[in-house]
Amino acid sequence: MRIYVPADSAALSVGADETAAAVDAAIAARGLDATLVRNGSRGMFWLEPLVEAETPAGRIAFGPVTAGDVDSVIGAIVDGTAHPLALGLTEEIPYLKNQERLTFERVGVTDPLSLADYEAHGGLAGLRAALGMDGAAICKEVLDSGLRGRGGAGFPAGIKWKTVHDLPEGQKYICCNGDEGDSGTFADRMIFEGDPFLLIEGMVIAGIAVGATEGYLYIRSEYPRSIEVMKRAVAIMEAAGWLGANVGGSGRTFWLKVRRGAGAYICGEESSMLESIEGKRGTVRSKPPIPAISGLFGRPTVINNVLTLAAVPLIMDKGAQFYRDYGMGRSTGTLPFQLAGNIARGGLVEKAFGVTLRELVEDFGGGTASGRPFRTAQVGGPLGAYVSAGMLDLPMDYETFAENGAMVGHGGIVVFDDTVDMGAMARFAFEFCEIESCGKCTPCRVGAVRGKETVEKILRGEDVAKNVALVEDLCEVMRDGSLCAMGGLTPMPVLSALKLFPEDFDRAPKLAAE
Amino acid sequence: MPEPASPQVEHAIAVCAAHGNAASELIEILHDIQDEAGCVAEETLPAIAKALNLARAEVHGVMSFYHDFRRAPAGRVRVQLCRAESCQSRGASALIEDFCARHDVALGQTSRDGMLTVEAVYCLGNCALSPAAMVNGRLVGRADVARLDALVAEAR
Ligand SMILES: Cc1cc2nc3c(=O)[nH]c(=O)nc-3n(C[C@H](O)[C@H](O)[C@H](O)COP(=O)(O)O)c2cc1C
Ligand code: SF4
Ligand code: FES
Ligand code: FES
Repeated sequence: MRIYVPADSAALSVGADETAAAVDAAIAARGLDATLVRNGSRGMFWLEPLVEAETPAGRIAFGPVTAGDVDSVIGAIVDGTAHPLALGLTEEIPYLKNQERLTFERVGVTDPLSLADYEAHGGLAGLRAALGMDGAAICKEVLDSGLRGRGGAGFPAGIKWKTVHDLPEGQKYICCNGDEGDSGTFADRMIFEGDPFLLIEGMVIAGIAVGATEGYLYIRSEYPRSIEVMKRAVAIMEAAGWLGANVGGSGRTFWLKVRRGAGAYICGEESSMLESIEGKRGTVRSKPPIPAISGLFGRPTVINNVLTLAAVPLIMDKGAQFYRDYGMGRSTGTLPFQLAGNIARGGLVEKAFGVTLRELVEDFGGGTASGRPFRTAQVGGPLGAYVSAGMLDLPMDYETFAENGAMVGHGGIVVFDDTVDMGAMARFAFEFCEIESCGKCTPCRVGAVRGKETVEKILRGEDVAKNVALVEDLCEVMRDGSLCAMGGLTPMPVLSALKLFPEDFDRAPKLAAE
Repeated sequence: MPEPASPQVEHAIAVCAAHGNAASELIEILHDIQDEAGCVAEETLPAIAKALNLARAEVHGVMSFYHDFRRAPAGRVRVQLCRAESCQSRGASALIEDFCARHDVALGQTSRDGMLTVEAVYCLGNCALSPAAMVNGRLVGRADVARLDALVAEAR
C-alpha cells in the first residue's frame, strides 16, 4: 500500500514534514507493508496536510492531519473504520471532482520525481509525438490550440513560436518565466514542486519546435524548494536522455539550466528577466526589438510562462482540437485559477475559461474565511483591478475582463471581506510600484512616489476632491507614459478602487486638535 | 609584496572560478557566495569584478538592484514577513506590527543584540494559507505571533 503526504511548500508550511515523519513511525510500529510517498499537493490547502491511502476502491483522503492525528488515521485506514478527518474518495471531493484538470492532471497524484510514475500517468507522450513532427507542424499545432500566454498578457503562444522558428538557423533560446511574483498566485510553484517533468517536457517541445538547443528556467529566490526540485528533475531527465545532446534518441539537442532570481518583482517582466539571466541589473529593455527576434544574448528567444509551457505536452498528445474544445471565445483551454486571501477554501481550481468569478469564489471557495461579507477581490495580481460584488457573475475570459476594466492575468484571485480599507490598498499599489520599479522611466519612478503621497493626503482628509483628481491625472500619465506594465498597470488597482469604492476615499479632514 | 587575500575573498574567487568566471553567471555567483558567507562583503567586490572582467561599478550595480543581496550578515534568525495583498487580507499588517513590537525591532532591521533580522517580503507563493512568513528559509502558513515566536525561539 502507498500512503501519500505532500512535500509541496504550502503543505510543509502547515506541518506536512511532521505528519510524514509520524506516518513513517506508524508504519514501522505496526509493521505495515506500506510505503510513504511524498506527492505534490492536490491544491486543497485548507485540508493540508492531506494524507491519502490507496484502497481497492481508489485513493481515500484525510485532512487536515497533524502529527498527533496520524496514529488514529492509520488505524482507520488499516481497519477500514470511520474517522472524523475522513474525506472519502479523494477524486469524489466536490472541489476536485468539479474541476477540469488538464495541466494539473498529475499534480498531487504522482511522486513528482519518479520518471516511472510520470510515464505511467501519460507523461512524455507529447514529446514523443513532437519528435515525429517537423518544427513548423509543432508550431501550427500550438497555434491551432488557441493557447495564449498564461503570464498575464495572453499573447498567442503559437505566433511567438512561429516567429522564432521562421528566423534563420543559429543559436536560439527558450526561456521559461517562473518568476511568479504576483500576490495571490502559486500555480507555477505547484508545477515546479508537483510535476516538474511536465514543465521540462514542455520546454523541450518548444526547443524542438523552434530549433533552440538551450533553455533557461528562471525561478524566483522566494521558492527555494521549487529550485531544488527542478534542479533534481533536470538531472533525472538528463540521466534518462530526455535532456542533452540526443533527446530521446532523436539526434536533437536540448540543454536546460535553472537560474535563481534575487528578489525583484520586475524580473518577471520578460526583458528584465533576460537581463537578469545575463547576470545584469533587471532593467527593462525598450521594445522593439521584441525578444522573439533579439532576446537572450541578442538571439531569437521564446519566452513563456510556466503554465503556457506546461499546457503544451497535452496539446501535442491529444491534439489542438482537444484543447480548443475547452474555454470560451478566444480564450481556449483551461486556466489554473488560484483562490487566495480571505477565502474559506483557498487553493488551485483548474477550470475551462468561462467559469464565473462567483462560481470560483462561492462554490469552490466557500466565501470568505472570516465569515464576514465579501467586499472585493483583486484579480490578476498586484497590477490587476479590484472588482466589486456586482461583477461576480462575469465569466473569466480575457476579453470580457478587459471590457470591464479588469484583467485575468495569471489567474490569481485575492478575496477581501468588508473590513478592507480600499484607500490603504490604493496606497499600497503605489508603494509596491515605488519599491519594485526598475527606475528606467520617469512616469513610473516618480509617479509611484507622488501617487503614494497624494493618496496619503486623501486618507488624511486633505483637499480630497483636488487630490483625487490629481491621482487620476497621475494615473493617466503613468498608463500612457510608462515603458512597461509595472508603471503602466499600477493605475488599474488604484483607479478601480477609486471608482468602485469612492466612500473609502471620502474622508473628513482630521480635526486640528488631533 | 601583495597582502594575502582574506578567506572571504579567496572564497569569492573560488566561486567565480567554479562558474567559469562567466559574467553572465554573476547573480548565481553572488547567491553562492552569500549562501556560504551570509553576505557579500564589500571587500570581495573588487575580486569578483576582476575575475569576471567587469567594472567594479557593474558589480555594485547588480548588488544594489536586487533585494536579496546584503553586505553584512543577517542575524542568526531571519524572519521574512509577507506584506503583499493576499496576506494583507488576512491581517498581515497587524501581525507585522505586533511581531516587531514584541521583539523590539523595526521592519528591515536587525535587533540590537544582532540575533534577529526582520524583513518585508512580497509574496511567498503561500497565499491560500495567508498570512505567510519564512523563518530561516522555512515557510510558515497561517502565521500568527505565537507560532512565529516559537520558531524564533527554536532557531535562536
Ligand atoms: C512587472 C511585470 C511582472 C511580470 N511578472 C511575470 C511573472 O512573474 N511571470 C510571467 O510569466 N510573466 C510575467 N510578466 C509578463 C511577462 O513580461 C511576459 O509577458 C510573459 O512571461 C510571457 O509569457 P506568456 O506569453 O507565456 O505569458 C510580467 C510583466 C510585468 C510587466
Ligand atoms: S514602467 Fe517602471 S518598471 Fe517599467 S521600465 Fe519604466 S521604470 Fe522600469
Ligand atoms: S519545418 Fe522543419 S524545423 Fe521548421
Ligand atoms: S501574498 Fe503573502 S504569500 Fe502570497
